[in-house]
Amino acid sequence: MDWSAFALSLELAGWTALLLGPIGILAGRALAWHRFRGQALVEALLALPLVLPPTVLGFYLLLAFGASSPFERWYQWLTGRPLVFTFSGLVLASLIINLPFAIQPMQRAFEAISTDVRDAAACCGMRPWRIFTRVELPLAWPGIASALVLTFAHTLGEFGVVLMVGGNIPGETRTIAVAIYDRVQAFDDHGAGVMSATLLGISLVAILMVYATTGWRVRRL
Amino acid sequence: MNFQGLEVELAQERPIPLRATFRCDPGRVLALVGPSGSGKTTVLRAIAGLYQPAHGRVLCHGATWLDTARGIAQSAQRRQVGFVFQNYALFPHLSAVANIIAAMTHVPEAQRADRARSLLSRVHLDGLEDRRPAELSGGQQQRVAVARALARDPAVLLLDEPFAAVDRVTRRKLYLELAEMRRELQMPVVLVTHDLDEAAMLADEMCILHHGATLQTGAPFTVMTRPASMLVARLVDLKNIFEARVAAHSDETALTMIDWEGVRLEVGHAPSLVAGSRVAWAIPADGVIVHRRDRPSRGEHENPLHGVIAEFVSLGAQAELTIHVNGKADMALHTTLSTHVADRNRLTKGEPIGVSLLASAIHLMPPPEVPGERGSECVDDSARKRFGSAP
Repeated sequence: MDWSAFALSLELAGWTALLLGPIGILAGRALAWHRFRGQALVEALLALPLVLPPTVLGFYLLLAFGASSPFERWYQWLTGRPLVFTFSGLVLASLIINLPFAIQPMQRAFEAISTDVRDAAACCGMRPWRIFTRVELPLAWPGIASALVLTFAHTLGEFGVVLMVGGNIPGETRTIAVAIYDRVQAFDDHGAGVMSATLLGISLVAILMVYATTGWRVRRL
Repeated sequence: MNFQGLEVELAQERPIPLRATFRCDPGRVLALVGPSGSGKTTVLRAIAGLYQPAHGRVLCHGATWLDTARGIAQSAQRRQVGFVFQNYALFPHLSAVANIIAAMTHVPEAQRADRARSLLSRVHLDGLEDRRPAELSGGQQQRVAVARALARDPAVLLLDEPFAAVDRVTRRKLYLELAEMRRELQMPVVLVTHDLDEAAMLADEMCILHHGATLQTGAPFTVMTRPASMLVARLVDLKNIFEARVAAHSDETALTMIDWEGVRLEVGHAPSLVAGSRVAWAIPADGVIVHRRDRPSRGEHENPLHGVIAEFVSLGAQAELTIHVNGKADMALHTTLSTHVADRNRLTKGEPIGVSLLASAIHLMPPPEVPGERGSECVDDSARKRFGSAP
């Protein structure tokens, strides 16, 4: 069992879920309730990571994060660190590939809140921030929670993009999925099996949590 | 002194056409009535500040909530409106009492729970404080919605088809509760409904809305029996709407005579109408008196007509008859009577029938611009004056 890879995976998944929480809530809410020119294109771009092979996505991210790209130069100027083959680069790539996993369930959750309920809150004298915290968030919470768990579980298992952007540097970019691949390449079936079973267990528990939480909430509403 | 009721003037061409003007006094119930898509809910939302019309003024309780000419448009939060939505729009994650407390942002926190419980008690929901909306019946949800609207201490109470989502038995119970409660309400109440009977039962005034325009406002009985135009007549479900020509006036009998497809009818005195001019007329079904076959009645002397029963539809205790006067299909009169009366008089399809039209029930209206056109709205002010109907 490669504990350092396991810890790195958990850290990556944690950061991804934490950062995508507010991003997903804001983007999902905006996409649910506002109509704007080019919305279909935005939604299509957000959904791309669902259908693109991870290696294709990883390739483009590698180009974008590469030493000659303006983005990389800007990032270097800002932080003094490179993006490719670093944990920060891995987090950024993970954020991008998980956008649909975070935004889409949250968008559906906000769409499910009826306009009348929000209008009723306004007629009750509640200010927009209070409507957001007292009405919208509690009602969208099952969708938000499942989006975050899904993002977390998906990040734990991500392989292609991680390998393309982060490589396989122990303690820096080697995640559990990459470690499993390593073990298989080295004919260490036992090591690969233990890590695979751990990943399977964590993913199953995560999905069960989503179902249990949302099911319980739906029954109570 | 400022008017303490509600005054509404809304105007815009698109996206939803609006041309609505009405006012409602404190303690009075005004029913906004119109078919689906007539803009009733949009008008209500504009009053509440949930919809911003291109032009308009909304004054309530001496305050200006909207005046587009002066750039005033207060938010829904500042309008002090009690709004009961069609599907109640209760907060599904909150208990009944928490739903009501949510509308008490203006009440000191320590008093909220007690006031919410007292409001729940007022709508007969004691003991159900901690239930969530999904655990309440449709009627109970409606009561929570009413209590939540009142919790705001509103300057106006807006009810958007509040009885549409409950069964008939519950609806009747809720009608009685609202009728009882409205005696205590000091604010203007605007009730949106497409149900004419509901409006007639609950409202002091009825305002007919069509394509966003208010066509006529008045006491429900007046609007339903004395519509200002053929369009209003159709909207209040008057089935007997026809065109005729003014024949003569009799000062002696205080009657006006009109010619309807060769048949002379006596109607209430309308000396302002020029003899020979076109006129539209309507009569409610209960102004058509069916003659008994076995014994002539007094009614036979008032505009007696003869015809054939072209259609006879029995709807439980009531039967609907279509009579072709003088056998002509374009002189189709509609009336209703008890099924047992129809049976006793052996009235069925194809049988001859005699009826009288009560002169006092015949209502004259401006004619359509194009003869034979049934739905046009061509009431100008001079026409309204001649026909004596208030806009």
